[in-house]
Amino acid sequence: MASEHVHGAAVPAKAPPAEAVADVESWAGLEETQEFKELVRARWRFVIPATVFFLVYYFMLPLLNGLATGFMRTNVIGDVNVAYLFALSQFFMAWLLAWFYVRRATRVFDPLAQRVRERARSVIGRTPPA
Amino acid sequence: MNVTLLLFLIVVGITLGITAWAARRSGTTVQFWAAGRGIKGWQNGLAIAGDYMSAASFLGIAGLIAFNGYDGFMYSVGWLVAYLTVLFLIAEPMRNTGKYTMADVLAYRMSPVPVRSAAAVSTIAVSASYMMAQMIGAGSLVKILIPTLDTQLKPYFSWAFLGTKLDPSIAVVGALMMVYVIAGGMVATTWVQIVKAVLLMGGAILLSFLVLLHFNFNLGSFFGKIASVKDAKTGLNFMEPGILYTYGKSSIWGIDKALIENISLGMALILGTAGLPHILMRFFTVSNGKAARGSVVWAMGLIGSFYIMTTFLGFGAATLIGKAHICSTGTTCKAPNSNLAAPRLAEYLGNSFFGTGGGEFLLAFIAAVAFATILAVVAGLTLAASSAFSHDFYVNVIRRGVAHADVSEREQVLVARITAGIVGLASIWLASRAGATTNAAALVAGLAFVIASAANLPAILFTLFWKRFNKWGAVAGLLGGTIMSVWLYAIGPGFSLPAPAHPAFPLSNVGIVSIPFGFLCAIVFTYIGELAKADKLAEVKFHEIDVRALTGIGAEPAPAPA
Repeated sequence: MASEHVHGAAVPAKAPPAEAVADVESWAGLEETQEFKELVRARWRFVIPATVFFLVYYFMLPLLNGLATGFMRTNVIGDVNVAYLFALSQFFMAWLLAWFYVRRATRVFDPLAQRVRERARSVIGRTPPA
Repeated sequence: MNVTLLLFLIVVGITLGITAWAARRSGTTVQFWAAGRGIKGWQNGLAIAGDYMSAASFLGIAGLIAFNGYDGFMYSVGWLVAYLTVLFLIAEPMRNTGKYTMADVLAYRMSPVPVRSAAAVSTIAVSASYMMAQMIGAGSLVKILIPTLDTQLKPYFSWAFLGTKLDPSIAVVGALMMVYVIAGGMVATTWVQIVKAVLLMGGAILLSFLVLLHFNFNLGSFFGKIASVKDAKTGLNFMEPGILYTYGKSSIWGIDKALIENISLGMALILGTAGLPHILMRFFTVSNGKAARGSVVWAMGLIGSFYIMTTFLGFGAATLIGKAHICSTGTTCKAPNSNLAAPRLAEYLGNSFFGTGGGEFLLAFIAAVAFATILAVVAGLTLAASSAFSHDFYVNVIRRGVAHADVSEREQVLVARITAGIVGLASIWLASRAGATTNAAALVAGLAFVIASAANLPAILFTLFWKRFNKWGAVAGLLGGTIMSVWLYAIGPGFSLPAPAHPAFPLSNVGIVSIPFGFLCAIVFTYIGELAKADKLAEVKFHEIDVRALTGIGAEPAPAPA
């Protein structure tokens, strides 16, 4: 299983139609399984709110700098102002969201994907690579 | 021999050594384009950081902050937050469905000839504008940082090629990048990027440490000193927003112009990273989707830490040296050079902590780091551009798509090497020709990131996640996004120096118009294509890409352990 030629020496430019149809049927079948639907739902349930959150949080920075310039120039600690602290917080926001994503992926997405792969083994009839 | 030339030769020696070692591991296509998919997650994270943090971000950001204070920091923030898009939506699905290039993912669902051709156009447009900026910057930097190299080589470059005299500094950078890519392919490129990332992080940590040491690690007095630096034009202190983006001065479409420019820049930074071909390509070098995820996390850690440190470098240069003293030659000048903020800071810190020789050594070290930085980025870009030419266009469109031929491994790798050579020569020539007339630093953020987000991102996202998407939408999005971005940029104020007084398009950051336009093209033409019943295959194939993207079933296999 070392090389990419595992499914035949020369990969033809156009796959034979009969095989293509059989393939598609099983992919569509897999798509309809409970496990896969659950995986899709779980992913979007995390990704959509997280994406909306980081986009809003990020664009707040230029918006506030432009629209509430006076407020952003207010000093908080010594000479460190709101604008600098908010910009710095973006880094920690990004790291924190990345950490949340990885934790959710290892705990929820990966086991679900594993279950789909196991299901695929019975549908496609061969062991899919991990 | 002076210390600068010595350190420069050490960098060249190490990278050529890597290339010699890698040359034996780049004989097949999977080795040449994807390093045999044997790169580990953390290694790829370092390589992504090395591929991404260009001289524009190291020297450019430090310079922007040193000259404009807080507003220069905006780039740093966007460049990190952008990786959330990559992590959530792009990295794992790309690895699970692609082979060597972005177009592989698109061509999976849609008829390969039109889609690959369009993707090759946008890939080359992004890589070419990115490359031009790097090469022009490289040329002027090498001249200033390692002047002996340029003057020694000058006599050998007295001839003209197609009416343009080649720039010796640009030619040296170009020649090295061609050697890495042609001889060592992705393996050499990856390890050059890893070495560079380590050097760059080391340099940034060292300089930040010395800046803080100068203030006895008293952050209060450091920030106090920054706030005491005043901008000459606006009178604002360097901690305050509004120096680079002069809010409240003029308005466009009834909205503050500086605000629109800043938002427009933010859109390109946040969305563009996920469409940069040389970054996307890196995800095909790891063994599976999980490793791709891990590599983004490593990259985010490195890139974020680095950009936080750029504030110490930029603010350090602003407080310890001052804008008026950051010069190409001498200590005070009329036209300070912002790219030299970090090198001059290194010189200053070296002198103040280690005596005269220390300044020379630290300056030489930072010059070598900057040089390694440039080499690693241009190598990644050359590989991405040549993959679009050879893998997408020559092998899959011309030979397989039109001629229906069987293309051997040997031929594919040979063509890959030849196109890398052509890309290298073309960029040396173009960069020498454009020279100082082009606003190089603005080119990356102003054009490369915008095309990536207006053309590549909609095509990738819709291919992966939108069932109805078809070849009409893909081609229209890729070409529409590219053409609109280039056109607006060309007629806007950002392209030429000095900036025109009344440009036909008012903004130098064009993303706010061209990014929605790219997405809109992709959506509208998908529905038009549906009416024409053009591409039924795309919807049928969606089931497959949908399952594969999220589960990794059928993904290109990783190598068996040797």
